[in-house]
Amino acid sequence: MKKRFSLSKIFVYLVLVVIILFFTVTTDTFLTSKNILNICRQISMIGICSVGMTMVLLTGGIDISVGSIIALVGVVAAKLIGEAGMAIFPAMLIGVVAGALCGLINGIMVAKFDVPALITTLAMQTMARGAAYILTSGIPIYGLPEEIKTLGQGYFFKIPIPVIIMALIFLFGWWLLEQTRFGRYTYAIGGNQEVARLSGINVLKMKIFIYTLSGLFAGLSGVIMLSRINSGQPATSSGFEMDVITGAVLGGISVAGGEGKLVNVIAGVLIMGMLSNGMTLMNLDEYWQWVVKGIVLLLAVTFDNMQRKRNAKVKL
Amino acid sequence: MEKMTGDISLKMNQICKSYPGVQALDHVDFELRKGEVHALLGENGAGKSTLCKIIAGAQPMDSGEYYLFGERIEQLSPLEAKEKGIAMVYQEFNLVPYLKIYENLFLGKEMMHGLNTDKKAMIKKTKEVFGRFGIEIDPEVRVCDLSNAYKQLVEIVKAILEDAKILCMDEPTAPLTTREVTILFELIASLKKEGVSIIYISHRLEELFKVSDRITVMRDGQYIKTIPTNETNKDELVKLMVGRELSDEYPRRNVEIGEEVLKVEHLSTENTGISDVSFSLKKGEILGFAGLVGAGRTEVMRALFGIDKKSAGDIYRNGKRIEIKEPMDAIRNGISLVPEDRKGQGVSLTLPIRENISLVKLKALEHLLSIDRKKEKKLAGEYIEALSIKTPGMEQLVKNLSGGNQQKVAIAKWLAMDSDIIILDEPTRGIDVGAKYEIYLLMNELVEKGKSLIMISSEMPELIGMSDRIMVMHQGRLTGKLEAEEIAGNKEIQQTVLEMASN
Repeated sequence: MKKRFSLSKIFVYLVLVVIILFFTVTTDTFLTSKNILNICRQISMIGICSVGMTMVLLTGGIDISVGSIIALVGVVAAKLIGEAGMAIFPAMLIGVVAGALCGLINGIMVAKFDVPALITTLAMQTMARGAAYILTSGIPIYGLPEEIKTLGQGYFFKIPIPVIIMALIFLFGWWLLEQTRFGRYTYAIGGNQEVARLSGINVLKMKIFIYTLSGLFAGLSGVIMLSRINSGQPATSSGFEMDVITGAVLGGISVAGGEGKLVNVIAGVLIMGMLSNGMTLMNLDEYWQWVVKGIVLLLAVTFDNMQRKRNAKVKL
Repeated sequence: MEKMTGDISLKMNQICKSYPGVQALDHVDFELRKGEVHALLGENGAGKSTLCKIIAGAQPMDSGEYYLFGERIEQLSPLEAKEKGIAMVYQEFNLVPYLKIYENLFLGKEMMHGLNTDKKAMIKKTKEVFGRFGIEIDPEVRVCDLSNAYKQLVEIVKAILEDAKILCMDEPTAPLTTREVTILFELIASLKKEGVSIIYISHRLEELFKVSDRITVMRDGQYIKTIPTNETNKDELVKLMVGRELSDEYPRRNVEIGEEVLKVEHLSTENTGISDVSFSLKKGEILGFAGLVGAGRTEVMRALFGIDKKSAGDIYRNGKRIEIKEPMDAIRNGISLVPEDRKGQGVSLTLPIRENISLVKLKALEHLLSIDRKKEKKLAGEYIEALSIKTPGMEQLVKNLSGGNQQKVAIAKWLAMDSDIIILDEPTRGIDVGAKYEIYLLMNELVEKGKSLIMISSEMPELIGMSDRIMVMHQGRLTGKLEAEEIAGNKEIQQTVLEMASN
């Protein structure tokens, strides 16, 4: 059978190349080893969250609470370290668990009580952000020990530690989605939930687990963020979910669920990181960056829709 | 055909169309006369639907000539096709369920009275149009309150109101009961009188003799023959479709029926209206469920399988009481259900064939927490071959398969699970004669292996031909039971069942 050339499969890589070329031409600092390392470090948190987001999107859901969870987790860990004098590792661990708990609540609401994912995670976005402000009374927590920087700013064999963590999470996500029963069930639920249920899949458990995982990855990003900025900031990562969702959708994950591969999401995340980085190098102000990113998200979803419509036509 | 012979509304010469990996149409000829019902007949994947799609502009052709009312058509969009008077009547209804009949008919082209819609005029017009075809109907009933047959009538009338000259009907009788089919056929007869031409696709051969004027047979994307209906018979058609002769209509089996494996007692549901249904199933047995559409047969199986909630009733497996709250409980207890609605419940259209077939059985294919691809491919390959699923490969997405092949994937998926009890809800619906026979053979093979089957079917001959015992349902209750000795050799059996089903 002849394989037809499919634009959708390489689309994201084309965009990536175009963006690299564009910023290389328009700035002199973009394609330097220092800046590339910088981009990698900047995207690490988007990357980590995109793995959870990919799974959530594959089930046909969405999680817009990740940005707020990052803030809450950072604040919780900062408070435990700075005010309760807890050791760094256990404090961070508790922070990650707190993120997973937020995800668990999302999962239970979506799976058990059938609250639409957008509404559930919108509520969580607001609640987690509120909790972060309550815990800090709105004032960032400073004066944390220097060692806290290791996780977010340290290196391991010249590679930034967050980049290594991101790579491991991607590997883990790939294994889960491509090699295990869990992955198959995820795609099956997104493809047709009723078919999945009739096939004996525990849809409830699966969904709760996936949202918890998304919260857990947001928690992990939260402690990395804490380590990078060396302070507990309740206002951090506002609008972060935007980058994560756009990255996943650019990588071909269908917002309708059931379709898309995690490997391509890496490219989608790179695009988002390079956009932010390149636009900053070009001295484009932040507000304009928002507008550009919004346009990119709309274009990515439109492209996804068009692809699916075209595929739907090729039926016997 | 009498006087209309010269009046050709549509003509297609040497049409070719290919999809990746498949030659869907291979130099196909087709001709439709004015006021004619022209049936398209062929096995699944023969190219009937593809031809209809090209006619209606939903798909472009690769090569060939297409004449519509004498005019050569090079390119045709679905909208242009509609404007030229071609309408498709789909199995899935394109009506807004919560709007009234007349609101649906005039949707988007309401009659106006100043700034307001002119309800009175629309209601009057609706009555008129239906009256023209001898159908009495209250235009103010909401579409969701109509039976399938009437929904279909509304759909057809809507097309007529839009001035359709050519109607494509794809399996129009599939969702209808016997009585409803009569109503549809009456409408078709009046449409013919008005000069409307109808392309009629159906797998039910008996129907074609009642409704069609000519029949065009297709096989594997090729044009085989066009015959006037009154010059042919069922045997010839089957031979043309399949390309070989079929022996027995229902294959015989030799099975020793054993112990009781499943017992259902006093099963009732609140939401789906099942009340006090009890039956038992023995090893090696095929238990048939007869009844009219909506009698509650599917609902009994849904409750048994844990899809719908039970309000009362006990289930015993090999004499032991079991609890089934979710489908996974049923599967754990060795029960499988191949649902009737394959697209909605049977297969995941977005997954490849391989992943569909292995989905229920994944646990057994695991090795060190990962799926053993080799084993999985072997499993999928076996069932693709066993059920002769027509596909370029096991990685093909199920949505790219024809309807009959999708049904086979749904069956394959549950066979792969190797459960002892398999419930088949309308296993041959929408499947052509050749493939039907394959499914019968397969069912026999399963009971010969010691499995037990429950079969729901609306095709009475099939149910009588295949079942050891038959349960008859009406309005959510069991209204009759027929034992093996009553079925065998009883010529009036079909009549008996029908009486029980409608008492």
